[in-house]
Amino acid sequence: MEQSTNPVIRVRDLVVGFDDVIVLDHVSLDLFRGEILGLVGGSGSGKSVLLRTIIGLLQKKAGLIEILGNDIDRMSYEEKRRIERRCGVLFQHGALFSSLTVLENVQFPMREYLSISQDFMDDVALAKLDMVGLNAGDAAKYPSELSGGMTKRAALARALALDPDIVFLDEPTSGLDPISASDFDVLIRTLQQTLGLTVFMVTHDLTSLANICDRIAALANGRIVASGALETMKASADPWVQRYFSGRNGRRVPSIDASQHE
Amino acid sequence: MRRGPALQSELLRSIKNNSEIKLKARGAWTADNARELDEIAQDITGMRSAEIDATGITALDTFGARTLDRLVCSSIKPRNVALLGLPQRYVDLFNLVSQAAADDPHEPTESGRRLSAGISLLKQKIARMGIGFMDFLAMLGEIGNAAFRVSLNPQSFRLTSAVNQLDRVGWQAIPIILLITFLIGCIIAQQGFFHFRKFGADEYVVDMVGILILREIGVLIVAIMVAGRSGSAYTAELGSMKMREEIDALRTMGLDPVEILVLPRVVALIIALPMLDFLGSMAALYGSGLTAWLYGHMSPEIFIARLKDAISITHFKVGIIKAPFMALAIGAVACAEGFAVKGSAESLGRQTTSSVVKSIFFVIVLDGLFAIFFASIGM
Repeated sequence: MEQSTNPVIRVRDLVVGFDDVIVLDHVSLDLFRGEILGLVGGSGSGKSVLLRTIIGLLQKKAGLIEILGNDIDRMSYEEKRRIERRCGVLFQHGALFSSLTVLENVQFPMREYLSISQDFMDDVALAKLDMVGLNAGDAAKYPSELSGGMTKRAALARALALDPDIVFLDEPTSGLDPISASDFDVLIRTLQQTLGLTVFMVTHDLTSLANICDRIAALANGRIVASGALETMKASADPWVQRYFSGRNGRRVPSIDASQHE
Repeated sequence: MRRGPALQSELLRSIKNNSEIKLKARGAWTADNARELDEIAQDITGMRSAEIDATGITALDTFGARTLDRLVCSSIKPRNVALLGLPQRYVDLFNLVSQAAADDPHEPTESGRRLSAGISLLKQKIARMGIGFMDFLAMLGEIGNAAFRVSLNPQSFRLTSAVNQLDRVGWQAIPIILLITFLIGCIIAQQGFFHFRKFGADEYVVDMVGILILREIGVLIVAIMVAGRSGSAYTAELGSMKMREEIDALRTMGLDPVEILVLPRVVALIIALPMLDFLGSMAALYGSGLTAWLYGHMSPEIFIARLKDAISITHFKVGIIKAPFMALAIGAVACAEGFAVKGSAESLGRQTTSSVVKSIFFVIVLDGLFAIFFASIGM
């Protein structure tokens, strides 16, 4: 298989905690190039903490994190900027800059890292917005004027502004109705294929997991208790994983079908 | 069994049958009758044995179910209170609610615990004050760091943002600053004339007014106004950005929020405050002069002549030198408090209040320190 054996993100024995409470207890994880990895876990299990530690918003107590082959503890300021340019983040509630229009939001990373003409920036930004399903009329709106689904799309466009290699999604389909959620899944898969992205997705959504995730990792009690493709997860011996994937009344995870959504 | 006066209520009747107590429950045991249910549960405790006939209950919700459960569990010996005849459709709810109580019993707080709670609250407050001061020092450090980085690369300074902030903090503040300092000048002069007149020391009012305004009042009043007006605005802006994760988004894009958001604001304050101080002092002197003329019957020519004698450039310098330092304190506190906002609206309000209070406090402390400093160097 073309997939390289060098993971784009390597996490080894990560320990993260606040005061005396340990949230992540020796977590190890790999993210391979070109795949969509879904991270699941109960509420409060530390999924967001793991995501935020990898992207550098939280300090770790111990362990190794390597992004694109670079140990984050040993990166110089320049290297860090370069790595950050190659990562894009979609926050759970969008986190769009409220005083800028949608278009200006998407252009914000471009303005910071690239020196190109306003014309070119407008051109590329509008193209990105189009790719995520927003039109020029939406581009002139302010974040407070957008619906939930539009906010997520705009935020995704901003995460993809610089055509990053890795995209981090924090519960991208939360708060969306089933149809919008399904559309968003399809959007992520399409963009991932067209732009050659690697996607790290924190999610609760079983249908997203079934439809678009190549691999899944389950986080419980501060550790990764299972990881692998969906079939591996369903067959896992861990009680939490079993319960998660077979539902309360033995309902199965929906089969792979992009048009079906719970 | 303790019996309260409200026992013979609509919802619960007691029928004495030989030595056994039978309670008949009827009516709607729902939230609408919550007060009565509360009284029932409080009044009836420690039953030895009883039967509760629930066939008359016409409606039951969680309030009613909890009350029934409390009645059942209140017997001295467990299981000596029987619940009979609960309509089938309410049995599930009752079971669910009594199970919940068994899993997680609710302990009402005793008054003995309040003292220790009060002491630990005090400890927490003191710890928070200490942390707050550390945050302020940390913010000063980060501002210095960002300023240093920008000085190495002047292109990266957010000039547009700084000018925008300067407009908001400086230019737009002028009318209110002028008005307030004018009034303060009038008040000081009026009080001066009123009291000095007794000693026939009218003329010395001018000295007092001139020195006081230029050295202290001008800067202090303006700094307090700016802290209330702009410090709170900074805290609220940065706080709501923090709540919406916009600060995190900036950080994940590899940008330093201090450089982008804090530095332009602080620079704007440092530029604006001395200017506002100057304008404020002039307005205050004008106000005093007007008061001297209209109230103190001192003609403008005499006022100005005395003023020239009384004040020197030193007094002016003393006032103006304090301004940038106060601006830095206000800016650092406002931005530190903004970043400390947690996710709720209440937290935003609390940090904004704290920001204004702390920055005014620092401004006054700085004023005191400068007073000592200038006195010791003889300025």
